[in-house]
Amino acid sequence: MTDFIYELKQVHKKFVKGQESVEIFDGLDLGIKRGDFVSIMGPSGSGKTTLLNMLGGVDRPSSGALLFDGNPINDLNEGQLAKWRADHIGFIFQFYNLMPMLTAEKNVELPLLLKKLSPKKRKENVATALELVGLGERAKHRPNELSGGQQQRVAIARAIVSDPDVLLCDEPTGDLDRSTATDILENLQLLNKEFNKTIIMVTHDPVAAAYANTSLHLDKGVFVEKDVAA
Amino acid sequence: MNDFYLIRKNLTRNKLRMSLNLFAIFIAFFLFGALGSIKNAFDAGVDLAAADRLVVVNSISFTQTLPVAYANKIKSIEGVRKVTWANWFGGYYQDPKQMAMTFIVDPESYLDVYSELQLTDNEKNRWFNNRQGVVVGEQLAKNYGWEKGDRIPISSNIFSLHEGGHTWDVVIDGIFKGETEGVDTSYMLMHHKYFFETQAYPGEWLGWLTVTTADPELNETISRAIDQQFANSSAETETTTEAAFNKAFIEQVGDIGQIITLVVLAAFFSILMIVGNSMMLSVRERVKEIAVLKTLGFPSARVFIMVLAESLLLACVGGLLGSVFAEVMIGGLTQVPAITRIFPNLVITAETWMTAVFLMLLLGCLTGFFPALRALKLKTIDALSKG
Ligand SMILES: Nc1ncnc2c1ncn2[C@@H]1O[C@H](COP(=O)(O)OP(=O)(O)OP(=O)(O)O)[C@@H](O)[C@H]1O
Ligand SMILES: [Mg+2]
Repeated sequence: MTDFIYELKQVHKKFVKGQESVEIFDGLDLGIKRGDFVSIMGPSGSGKTTLLNMLGGVDRPSSGALLFDGNPINDLNEGQLAKWRADHIGFIFQFYNLMPMLTAEKNVELPLLLKKLSPKKRKENVATALELVGLGERAKHRPNELSGGQQQRVAIARAIVSDPDVLLCDEPTGDLDRSTATDILENLQLLNKEFNKTIIMVTHDPVAAAYANTSLHLDKGVFVEKDVAA
Repeated sequence: MNDFYLIRKNLTRNKLRMSLNLFAIFIAFFLFGALGSIKNAFDAGVDLAAADRLVVVNSISFTQTLPVAYANKIKSIEGVRKVTWANWFGGYYQDPKQMAMTFIVDPESYLDVYSELQLTDNEKNRWFNNRQGVVVGEQLAKNYGWEKGDRIPISSNIFSLHEGGHTWDVVIDGIFKGETEGVDTSYMLMHHKYFFETQAYPGEWLGWLTVTTADPELNETISRAIDQQFANSSAETETTTEAAFNKAFIEQVGDIGQIITLVVLAAFFSILMIVGNSMMLSVRERVKEIAVLKTLGFPSARVFIMVLAESLLLACVGGLLGSVFAEVMIGGLTQVPAITRIFPNLVITAETWMTAVFLMLLLGCLTGFFPALRALKLKTIDALSKG
């Protein structure tokens, strides 16, 4: 078995709109180790979000192979891909993207609607996830009753509640102040170290990137790898 | 939590919008139920007409009478099964304003032909043997608070007694019910022997005859045979089916049914537009949330169903509230004698209810389909990349 959770081989990605087409990746090769905490930095428009979308199975390479645990995921159809996401991937977005009409605990419970669990087990998982991000007391609050940092922690709880292998984070601290950002990053670090989650985090913030074990720099669709001492 | 919880939460997130939509749907279904029952009241006579019954009237006008002998003559025509006859009485109770529609009939044959009027054997026998007896429809009895055994004065605004006056004393031998809900029971039946013994004009006559045929297929042939038999006599006849007879009677009131249908259609078209537009708007506001659901791994079909179910829920809640309210209101109206005298068959029938439920589902599907389709087709990356 490979120790790479992700392997990208000669991945091409092209956006075509009418006559125009933009080539974002032109034969990208990349391996991401299981249990790694990877940060991806790079200028705006360099393709960071596009890469994350492909890793998360919400977008597809135009050509090339994208292997997860040694299996190509570009072969899966939409329905299989949805199931694969529910089983393996947790998403964390810059703008939290919580359901405004649901309480924190219901928001966290959302991915569990896709799982066959007893109500009791469900409640336990939700409580554990909220506890882990330090929001046990805020379970009954709606997003508009929570601060940005708290909302992002609810989003993290939602991302981890079904125990995925990978967390994909697109600028998770982009909208937060320094000390709140630190909280979030420590949360992610904990999930990586204690729970062995593979984390791939896009960020513009070098301080945030420093929490990662591996820092990648993306420029014009090409990686420039450099280790950053954490 | 389950999908239904999410659907409910989505529906109720904008309370004002939901209330306005509910109200619009409520009104439409209330109108549908209430006006539908009025339409039913008008149509009941036609719908309830038995297919095998013919009505024979004087060809000059149905207010002109026919000779008594016609009954036996018609009975001998081939294909005729049963014959009965009746006369107008033009009844009122105590005050000419208190109408009490009364027909003068031959009890045995009348109940035989109008088998939808239900009496116990006991009541029938008592009436058959008591010339002074009458049987009263349930609705009419309720209007005036009459009960079995009551002795009541019933006056005619057409006829008088040979001893003078217009008021006959009669005894209620039975109260008849309709076999089904829609059967008219707002009139009473008087014994013809008692009437002709006591009334002032010379002789006896028939107002009209009702004939049952062996087979509805024969209706036309038999009608022609009857009318031919009396052609060129002093009292020519005109025979029609009961349905046509009732319809002609109702058409004097105007085509209420069509007007009602148009009003209801207009109401439905309006809410279709209003609710459809509002559902579209509410999905447009939630594209990001829908994209998140899909990103989390919710299959597109499930998201489609959730959006459709939201519209269905809205339509059903509003529709049921409106229909129930109409039912309650119509129920209340049937307690008012002044109204039941005009609309004796005021009910929301099972058929109206079924149509209402069908319309709820149709409304839900139509207003939810395009928003749901939009949700189904939504590309998550496009929706999430916009700030
Ligand atoms: N759906 C799309 N259709 C067409 N072009 C797209 C689409 N998504 C992204 N692009 C283009 O691909 C390029 C990379 O976009 P991407 O969002 O991956 O950049 P990014 O590195 O995440 O930038 P930022 O730091 O601003 O978020 C951009 O030029 C963008 O315009
Ligand atoms: Mg981006």
